[in-house]
Amino acid sequence: MKLIIAIIQSDKLDEVMGQLDEKEIYLKTVSNVLGCGRQKGVTEVYRGVKEAGTLLKKVRLEIGVNDSYVQPTVDAIIKGARTGNIGDGKIFILPLEECIRIRSGETGKVAIG
Amino acid sequence: MPKIDSGDTAWVLASTALVLLMTAPGLAMFYGGLVRRKNVLSTMMQSFFILCLISIQWILWGYSIGFGPDVGHLFGNLSWFGLNHVGLTANADYAPTIPHQLYVLFQMMFAVITPALITGAFAERIKFSTFVVFSLVWATLVYDPIAHWVWGKDGWLHNLGALDFAGGTVVHMSSGFSALVLALVMGRRKGYPRITPPPHNVTYTLIGAALLWFGWFGFNAGSAVQANELAVSAFINTNTATAAAAIGWVILDWIFAGKPTILGAATGAVAGLVAITPASGFVSPISSIWIGLIVAVVCYIFVVVIKQRLKYDDSLDTFGVHGVGGTIGALTTGLFAQKIINSGGADGLLFGNPHQFLVNAIGAGATIVYSVVMTLIIALILNATMGLRVKEQDEAIGLDNTQHKESAYTLID
Repeated sequence: MKLIIAIIQSDKLDEVMGQLDEKEIYLKTVSNVLGCGRQKGVTEVYRGVKEAGTLLKKVRLEIGVNDSYVQPTVDAIIKGARTGNIGDGKIFILPLEECIRIRSGETGKVAIG
Repeated sequence: MPKIDSGDTAWVLASTALVLLMTAPGLAMFYGGLVRRKNVLSTMMQSFFILCLISIQWILWGYSIGFGPDVGHLFGNLSWFGLNHVGLTANADYAPTIPHQLYVLFQMMFAVITPALITGAFAERIKFSTFVVFSLVWATLVYDPIAHWVWGKDGWLHNLGALDFAGGTVVHMSSGFSALVLALVMGRRKGYPRITPPPHNVTYTLIGAALLWFGWFGFNAGSAVQANELAVSAFINTNTATAAAAIGWVILDWIFAGKPTILGAATGAVAGLVAITPASGFVSPISSIWIGLIVAVVCYIFVVVIKQRLKYDDSLDTFGVHGVGGTIGALTTGLFAQKIINSGGADGLLFGNPHQFLVNAIGAGATIVYSVVMTLIIALILNATMGLRVKEQDEAIGLDNTQHKESAYTLID
């Protein structure tokens, strides 16, 4: 089992979700996050005062999958989120020790789907 | 010699302030809530900045083109530029009991809200610089002449006898049909109609609608330009039609969407306000209920069914509510008008005078044709020179950051 964490552009969420749906990957957690990559954020100006390095608003996806679903998930995220421009985001893949469905107490491969 | 009346002056002063409230914060909040979080500031700024822009334009040349000495029944000449010859004594042609400059101010707030209504059509994708130029040019070449036709001394629709109490054709039809043209020239927002961007804060929209309703008492009842029976008649009709239209829309939502929605109540109320605008000083309260119900049904069909079939991106439904609602208002005024309500008006079709319906239809038709043609020319020229739309990437990031370098909400602190 793996935990896939993807940081993507906020406006790409709809497309990524569409791509995931096509691969029948429906379970996910989405949150608003702030962050910056190599471009070091954006500038904002308030009453003439420049605030450089303001962190960018991004969206973070967390998806727990069985090993056979890792590649399809990654492919779907890349297909939905890639523009080719700076700021497209990153995908992290982590080993996942255990997964428990709270309702039934099921664990492992059964619980994750 | 006309005599200034203190009661009339007090009422029109208050009405002027009420109509200002319609643009900012009323319309700014109504539209601001409907866009995504990344565009709320730019959307509110559009209404607020038009308030500033047209306030100056109106003093310099707008009022003169709209209400100055007539040229060929089409527009006023520039002899009242900078309010030259426009003083504090009353002008018997427009408002015999209040200072002429107060009439200028009252009309200014109408000139302000009209281009602000259009901003709903190009929301979330227009360049701020082009928006400023468009608003100034549109106000000068489209709004000011149409205001002259309907309200100016010797304007051709005024002479023809078209009934438009508070500006259904001048304000709502002109802005609504121009909005449709802009939505078509600019094209859809990225991703639309596959994804319809959801409103980011419906509470803003409901507060905005309520402020519009409140301010509209100045718009309609103030249009009596006197504190008299006619103002009360316009006031009661405004409230009645608005309530009826909101109830109508909520019921339609309940039947076709399964639940009574807040956004439906807000949208229905605004449609009712739009439709009663031209009729408010000419009809009975019972007719107002009919006008409210009719406009709710017709606008609902346009906004919910036709727009989604044809897939044009009139983003915040300026055309669907103001263009369509304004047309319903102009036509129903020709149906329901009664001379017993306003001796200065006329009877409509339902009260034995089909001619009035025809005259009002001509007024509506002329407004549509002129608004569409002129807006198309202005939009195409600006698109070829300055460009109407922001770059695709800027649209994705949002206009607040790319046009103004600000953001409305922080995520942390």
